[in-house]
Amino acid sequence: MHSLYVLPTLIINVTIIAIPALLTVTLAFFQWDGISAPEFVGLENFEDLWYDRVFWTALTNNLIWTLIFLTVPVAMGLLAATMMLVARRGSTFFQVVYFLPVIIATAITARIWQGMIYSPVTGINGLLDRYGLEMANPLTQTATALYGIAVVDLWHWWGFLCVIFFAALRQVPAEQVEAARVEGATFWQVLRYVLLPGIRPTITLMLIMTVIWSFLVFDFVFILTQGGPAYSSEVLSTLAYRSAFYDLAVGKAAAVSVVISLFGLCATVFYIRAQAREFEE
Amino acid sequence: MTESRVTLTIVYAALGILLFITLFPIALMVLNSVKPSTQIVQNPLAWPETFRWDNFTRAWEDARFARTLWNSLVLTATTIVLVCTTASLSAYVLARRKIKTWKIVTFYLLATTTAPIQLFLFPLYFGFARLGLINNPIAVAFIYTAVYSPFAIMLLRTYFLAVPKELEEAALVDGATQWQVFRLVFLPIVSPGILTVALIIGLYSWNEFLIATTFLQGRDNMTAVVSFFQLSGQYSSDWGEIMAAALIIVLPVVILFVALQRRFIEGMAGGSVKG
Repeated sequence: MHSLYVLPTLIINVTIIAIPALLTVTLAFFQWDGISAPEFVGLENFEDLWYDRVFWTALTNNLIWTLIFLTVPVAMGLLAATMMLVARRGSTFFQVVYFLPVIIATAITARIWQGMIYSPVTGINGLLDRYGLEMANPLTQTATALYGIAVVDLWHWWGFLCVIFFAALRQVPAEQVEAARVEGATFWQVLRYVLLPGIRPTITLMLIMTVIWSFLVFDFVFILTQGGPAYSSEVLSTLAYRSAFYDLAVGKAAAVSVVISLFGLCATVFYIRAQAREFEE
Repeated sequence: MTESRVTLTIVYAALGILLFITLFPIALMVLNSVKPSTQIVQNPLAWPETFRWDNFTRAWEDARFARTLWNSLVLTATTIVLVCTTASLSAYVLARRKIKTWKIVTFYLLATTTAPIQLFLFPLYFGFARLGLINNPIAVAFIYTAVYSPFAIMLLRTYFLAVPKELEEAALVDGATQWQVFRLVFLPIVSPGILTVALIIGLYSWNEFLIATTFLQGRDNMTAVVSFFQLSGQYSSDWGEIMAAALIIVLPVVILFVALQRRFIEGMAGGSVKG
């Protein structure tokens, strides 16, 4: 009887996610424009990707993105969280403010940065330019477009990690910290030997999730540059989206999606292993 | 930890810098939402010479917010109802290990939380197109439900785990059916969890971009975020108006968040999903 309780969830989930996902994997071996009958082409889609310069740019960008997000926001979050722990007073206030960018829609965050900060006409960049500081719009330069987008996502994202790390740090037993202090440990030693080991499971989980999310990044790239200029900020998800809906190369899009999923899968294995430990209790 | 004055000063200074970085773009949005576009071009940082409140009325008209905010509201409400009902049923069974396959089901759901949207987006789009479900907010609510319910289940699971076994057993001894136990014993106790889930799922649905922009493109069917995106599409647009439109979408969310921040933060930290 109890199986009936999970049925609605499973029916919705399987129809929306599992079946289309299997279809995507199948479509990766077909050529299809979304309208006429799909034509089986074997591995051709993947071969085409292999020789596609844009695909390699996108893959590299995803890897750069992963590296940036594994380090910068994690370090910022940890640092701010420990500082909040030290400051104690006002930590709720800081927490709420740092979290604000997380709750603002990505489309809006993207436009604020685009128009009010990066724009050479209406933004801070333009203002600095008029005062003689040479500021180019990072989104329109091939060398900087990806980093320009990353800054926006960092601003949007680091507060989430900070709040999670802060919640975890507060769970570290106060006696351990006190004991270390009595022994004469400096703040950095407390951080290194007591606090960080104390929240290691949280850090690990966040690092795993960061890898997964880094291969899914879409909104900011799509809104800010559409992968341009000259594909310099293309990532796999925007490449797949454009292939499917603009170029009507659904087979190619499916093949790219499969590649994204393969990267995600490696991280997912770690994610499920980490989560499973909790479920085994 | 008690720190010296110097350390505390440095700490507060650093936290203050981060505060400034966080608030600066938000302040720019608020400030420029009441400025004429000519003044924004001169200096986006300057205090408004004249307050252009009509930025808001023009944004309201041009983004057709009367229509699109309503669409967002319908979509968000439907998603909340669907997620809360289906997820609480599932979380109950999975937390209490009522079925032999709980492990497989749990792992399946965990796996789908990490599946990229692109992995199922394209066949889903062409399938929906064939079934005439494009531009149908209810159909999109089902997509959101599929995407968000694993997160909701994992979060609710912890609430169901906290219900004492004795309560359940006592009710069963008294002759209650399984359904009555779920409805009358469990649901009232886990209701704070359901409220948390509703808030977070509501936030995600309200802000969601990729699925909404793909499946709801019709003039009268799009969500507020998508109509904002289209309004702000050209560089030549009036940024005062664009920022006013942004504020209209963001303000209700921020108010709700500040009022219920603990619930939001605990919930999002508990389920760990990126928005």
